[in-house]
Amino acid sequence: MAQRTRSQQADRIRHLLETEGDAVHANASSFDTQREAAYSATDDLEALRTEARSIKEDAIDRLPELLETAREAVEANGGTVYVADDAADANAYVADVVHTESEEHGITGDDDTPSVVKSKSMTTEEIDLNEALAAAGIDITETDLGEWVLQVADDTPSHIVGPAMHLERAEIAELFNERFDPDEPFETAEELTQFARDYLADHIQEADVGITGANFVVADSGTITLVTNEGNARKCAVTPDTHVAIAGVEKLIPTLSDLEPFVDLIAKSATGQSIAQYVTMLSPPTDSPTLSFDDPEEPTTTGDEAKADRDFHLVLLDNGRMDMREDDQLRETLYCIRCGACSNSCANFQSVGGHGFGGETYSGGIATGWEAGVHGQESAAEFNDLCTGCSRCVDACPVKIDIPWINTVVRDRINRSEDPAATDFLVDGLTPDMEEGGLDLGKRFFGNIGTAAKAASATAPVSNWLADADPVRGLLERTLGIDRRRDLPAFQRESLVDWFEKRGGAAASSRRASRGADVDIDREVVLYPDVYTNYVDVDRGKAAVRTLEALGVPVQVPDLPESGRAALSQGMVATADRQASRLFASLAEDLDADRDVVVVEPSDLAAMHREYERLLPERSFERLRDRSYEICEFVYGLLENGADPSALSNGNGAEPVTYHSHCQQRTLDLEAPTVAVLERCGYAPETTSAECCGMAGSFGYKREYYELSVDVGERLAEQIDGAKTVVASGTSCGDQLEGLLERDVPHPIELLAPGYRV
Amino acid sequence: MTVDTIGRFERALEGLEVGFERVPAADASERIETIVEEPAVGAPLPFEGATLPESVTTTPTTADLERARTGITPVGFAIAEYGTVAIESTADGAEPISLYPDRHVAVVAESDVVPNLSAGFDRLESQFERGRDSVVFATGRSATADMGDLVHGVHGPGAVDVIVLEDR
Ligand code: SF4
Repeated sequence: MAQRTRSQQADRIRHLLETEGDAVHANASSFDTQREAAYSATDDLEALRTEARSIKEDAIDRLPELLETAREAVEANGGTVYVADDAADANAYVADVVHTESEEHGITGDDDTPSVVKSKSMTTEEIDLNEALAAAGIDITETDLGEWVLQVADDTPSHIVGPAMHLERAEIAELFNERFDPDEPFETAEELTQFARDYLADHIQEADVGITGANFVVADSGTITLVTNEGNARKCAVTPDTHVAIAGVEKLIPTLSDLEPFVDLIAKSATGQSIAQYVTMLSPPTDSPTLSFDDPEEPTTTGDEAKADRDFHLVLLDNGRMDMREDDQLRETLYCIRCGACSNSCANFQSVGGHGFGGETYSGGIATGWEAGVHGQESAAEFNDLCTGCSRCVDACPVKIDIPWINTVVRDRINRSEDPAATDFLVDGLTPDMEEGGLDLGKRFFGNIGTAAKAASATAPVSNWLADADPVRGLLERTLGIDRRRDLPAFQRESLVDWFEKRGGAAASSRRASRGADVDIDREVVLYPDVYTNYVDVDRGKAAVRTLEALGVPVQVPDLPESGRAALSQGMVATADRQASRLFASLAEDLDADRDVVVVEPSDLAAMHREYERLLPERSFERLRDRSYEICEFVYGLLENGADPSALSNGNGAEPVTYHSHCQQRTLDLEAPTVAVLERCGYAPETTSAECCGMAGSFGYKREYYELSVDVGERLAEQIDGAKTVVASGTSCGDQLEGLLERDVPHPIELLAPGYRV
Repeated sequence: MTVDTIGRFERALEGLEVGFERVPAADASERIETIVEEPAVGAPLPFEGATLPESVTTTPTTADLERARTGITPVGFAIAEYGTVAIESTADGAEPISLYPDRHVAVVAESDVVPNLSAGFDRLESQFERGRDSVVFATGRSATADMGDLVHGVHGPGAVDVIVLEDR
């Protein structure tokens, strides 16, 4: 498939920001806030999430066996199970059921066309069931209000849970007024809903077959579970005598008791409700009497007679899922319960919605996994770069799926599938990576930012002047896709490592530390000179060294390899893997000597604490994780152990400071220690609530994403505007905020270091 | 059944804007009478001493169901923490009676109000063992925000009342 060019992609994103962004942001962010509240009101949330995940792990592991169990159970109840290989297979089966049903019992409605009513189901979207049934001469009506609006508008869902989230009430009213031409034009949500209810009620009564999805299928009782707020799924399932439920094979869980954590979690994670209005557990055909809207005055049939009239088909769809099960990286996707929490918590999704951040069917963070699995990599390639790896979805996902990792892996696979370009030689010399040719030049450049930074620093300030010059910006934009509106980082001639050596290295640091301390703190620190701290934001590195020394801790700042963070962001997993091993090797002796590793840049710490689990042997990963700390977290620990905060720069007790933590730092629960340290040092910190600054390393530099990045950043900037002092932990956050607010945004450690003046 | 569980149930229902009444079985009929809007359809109450008002049609045709403004059904059990009632798919039509009319009146024995979801699942599992394996957990009123604002009573009832029989 032809990929969009950078400028096409930029245009498309700009268009979505303008047309759909506001509505999606309003809805998704309020769902997200409600989810957070529901999560924090649940005592045993972590236990529930862990349990839910382990049930899914087990179920996917035993899937072939559960399929057979479900088949036996449904057949014992009197229903039929059909396992469909792919979309065409499933669609043909459903069309066949509808035709057979309407031939046997006659067509229920007024005309000669068999008709079907459907309750919202992403799985039927995945197989394009509506189009297939229409082509088979069958009328199909969506009954979920949002889904029906889209059907009327000939539009596609933009969210897994709120399919019409991108439309505002006025747009829906306009659409309905035009299409249905009512006597009094529709205005309020109440009027629109009333109209839809009546219109759809007629269709439900006249339908020959009701189609639903299934949120879960309990294998041993053959029970399908439908979770809805409107009640249309119940109506579709019980009103027509024939019910077809379509679900991916991954929806199977072993027993009824396995359902409990999901019933408890799904509404909380989706909308922040404690439970959905209707959790319907059906083991069809049911005992409910059959209704006959054609012959309404006849007594209804009940009991066994009714049961005999009812027909139930469970279609379990493979469509790539059995292969995903064999794929060590994509398997986790199958644990997904489609709650949409990852979308709601995602800053980029909130700006462009699922029409931008989504593939053929699925949208949001997990869509990469779904699309790669069921539609193929090209569908995922369309939007995969919109995941910045901020990891805020990690805490939102009720089954603890590592969504950013899936995005990284799929990005890597997409990178590898691209053809080598003639321009590869341009960066080959600069990039000592593990990647094949064909990788997007911009990605390759950012994935090797350490090498570039080293060269730029060695030639600073000339390199900075050059980089700012118009012709160079043009070249950078054309070849690497770096947007010329973004200020480039200014490289320092003297790196942090050089500065540290010049002032006497580790020996001098020991002397300074022993002078500073009055309590005996027996720790030694290796300060990790990440690329930005070492070459660009050297001041925050110096501040970190001075702070630690003032609290009595001797520091070393050795020249260490890159962490692999930059490579990971670009989906260069092999490169990151090699870098992780090198970094671990370089630190192994320090770890053996019980030194602590202190990290200034949160994204590098996040690599060590999260992604290294995938890249290093387990024991190495654990050793490094257990011994590495974020700088303010470490300072917090020192103060807790008796170090004296008066050695640092202190506020007057109520000195206001606005603090933007960093997305990955928040996922690691490391916002609180910085806040606590600021308080201990006499400041009155206020934290920001925006999920993310939108910059995320290289993301905001790229021409196609610049505007999206700024849109996200502005939401954060608005919260901060007017604050006296603003500090941010991440380089990207700082860069973004400095650009938007046109002021200095230091790292909190700079505020705390001895000698700083507010 | 502790009083606390019922109190919790009442508070949960209040939050959902669902009516709550606690009455002796013998007064059920009278109370239901004051709540229902006619025409009304219902599934017979299986609680000793509790009956449906005379005016309620108990073996409704499809037309009765379509016309009805109120549907009254017993429920198997209720979950106090979330204000949930468990409606069973029975041959006398509890499922459609609770779903089609705009108002649903659910009648539950006080001894069948369990404290939390976990206790609800214990009840559910024993029901499944006895072969009653199609149940709806209904919590509050049918709702949607798809038309740009929260609206109740979309496809299901827009008003719900729960009557707890205190001596059952
Ligand atoms: S990945 Fe997790 S958060 Fe996202 S939709 Fe699936 S279950 Fe929900």
